[in-house]
Amino acid sequence: MALLPSSGPVSARQDFRYRRVMAALLSRVKDVLAGLVDPQLTARIDALPRGNLNEFGVDPFGFDPETIKLVAPVLMLLKERYFRVETHGAQHIPGQGRFLLIGNHSGQLPFDAAMVGTTVLADAPRPRLVRGMVERWSADLPFVSELFVRAGQIVGDPTSCARLLNAEEAVMVFPEGAKGINKLFAHRYQLGDFGHGFMRLALQTRAPIVPFAVIGAEEQAPAVADIRPLARLLGLPAAPVIFPQVLPLPLPTRYRIWFAEPMEFKGAADDDDEVVAGHVKKVKNTIQRMIEHGLKRRTSIFF
Amino acid sequence: MATRKPPAKDRRSTARLVRPRVLVTAAASSLGRVLCRRLHRSYDVLAVDTRPFPDRPKDVEHAEVDLRRKAAQTLIKKRRPDLVVLLGPWHDERPARTAATLESTATLLQLVEDIGAKKLVVLSAASLYGPSPTSASFLSEDAPLLGGQRSRAVADAIAVDMMVQSFFWKAPATETVILRLVHVVGPHLQNLASRFLRQRRVATLLGFDPMMQLVHEDDVVDAVALALAPDKRGVFNVVGPTQAPLSRILAARRAQVVPLPGFLLGPALVRARALRLTRLDDSELVHLKYSCLVDGARAAAELGFVARRSLQQTLVDVG
Repeated sequence: MALLPSSGPVSARQDFRYRRVMAALLSRVKDVLAGLVDPQLTARIDALPRGNLNEFGVDPFGFDPETIKLVAPVLMLLKERYFRVETHGAQHIPGQGRFLLIGNHSGQLPFDAAMVGTTVLADAPRPRLVRGMVERWSADLPFVSELFVRAGQIVGDPTSCARLLNAEEAVMVFPEGAKGINKLFAHRYQLGDFGHGFMRLALQTRAPIVPFAVIGAEEQAPAVADIRPLARLLGLPAAPVIFPQVLPLPLPTRYRIWFAEPMEFKGAADDDDEVVAGHVKKVKNTIQRMIEHGLKRRTSIFF
Repeated sequence: MATRKPPAKDRRSTARLVRPRVLVTAAASSLGRVLCRRLHRSYDVLAVDTRPFPDRPKDVEHAEVDLRRKAAQTLIKKRRPDLVVLLGPWHDERPARTAATLESTATLLQLVEDIGAKKLVVLSAASLYGPSPTSASFLSEDAPLLGGQRSRAVADAIAVDMMVQSFFWKAPATETVILRLVHVVGPHLQNLASRFLRQRRVATLLGFDPMMQLVHEDDVVDAVALALAPDKRGVFNVVGPTQAPLSRILAARRAQVVPLPGFLLGPALVRARALRLTRLDDSELVHLKYSCLVDGARAAAELGFVARRSLQQTLVDVG
């Protein structure tokens, strides 16, 4: 901890004035941002479960529902105007209680995670906040780390996941991990290897699994090659060559998000690998089928 | 061990008729003083520290001695405390002095074994787990102590914690308890966390707002009292009732926050330390960057410890 060398006491009046100006400015900014949000969405954010909040307005991990109101305008703009998300099967998202969202990961940048989270908040029968797992290096980024924590996103860790599920929260996991999001355009819509961690977590916490498939994210940033030595040099998971990359923005492809019925599995969290692999395969097959079905139904990538 | 004479039974039993005797090390540190003031109500307190303890309660016996010296050892062997409270170097409020810390801890553990004390309670710290990108996951007592890579003071405290952990199997007859406390704050404390919160202007790291766990000094004393009860042993995290972001804690303290970018604050601290303006080093900045959250469920289940002072109350009480 740091102590600032004291440079004389601040006068009470000066302090008071500073506080008043700051408070007025902050409330003005909040009003402007709140004005951008659809009142219906504000009502849904207010209806989020708040049982875990303490007297400081945050849950044990630091999530504050009020922060969602600040980021919602941007996310809704992306969802409604940029990716024009089309949702199928939102009725399968449980209105209460714990569940795990498991799906395919793609698109070089995690816009798919943001869009699934926004869709669940805006389109599910009852609003739920999805707790996503972020990469651990994001905790080193100023402002970003703070925003992630306040918006309910946490650094991926099995104990944190188990704790959230036991507190009846919704947790989103991409079992393919970084390999899924960094796959080349030639391998689009081919599911990579699924880890077993999510299934052991589901068995341990008796949480149902809601599989989902995102169609459209694969084409937002088509990677033609991955320069491995450069990635190693920069300490990144991948260094994709994206074509036609003119802007740091993804291409405005149309997202189609499909949700399947919740799947429940019985067994022990420490079951043998073969047993757990069987369960994992069922989830993977469900997602694969949804992807194939979604691709067949799709008439255009952009419209 | 084998040649040691059995304790003089009659003398000990008369002593027990009066009150059990408890030895408190680093008793003149601010937390040690708070502890002695509370424990003397139910125990005969023998306070040991090289520093003076002028405002001690009248019935507290204070020995201004160094644990490594013969005088201290003779005194402790003579008084034969039934219970021993070891304040780890984290709560000692003196600059890191590795050799002295490790030697006096080793001496004390040997003494505890020699006099056959029934209980050893060690005050360690949750900071030893080390704030890191992954430490916001409510670490259990089994999590590794990884905080020592950056700071010598933490490395010393970890060494003491490990020595006591090996004491569990070395002297199984002594019930040993390690309490790993989150940042302890209170009106009587002069430790870093309390001084930090008392500032009117506080420097923080721009763009970072970690979750903080605090525990009130009186709750720590309660935890020690519970740990001193018979049949309790093991390692326990001691936490306050809730946790909150640093910014909201400082807002509740009505402090004026001065967010500084890390590339300024780190070198500024290094410079200030070189000029002897502060004893802090830039390794302490990790506390302002990452959350380090620990799980206090084991202490609640096995010790029956639940912090009674709310976080709001704790912040008001800091003074």
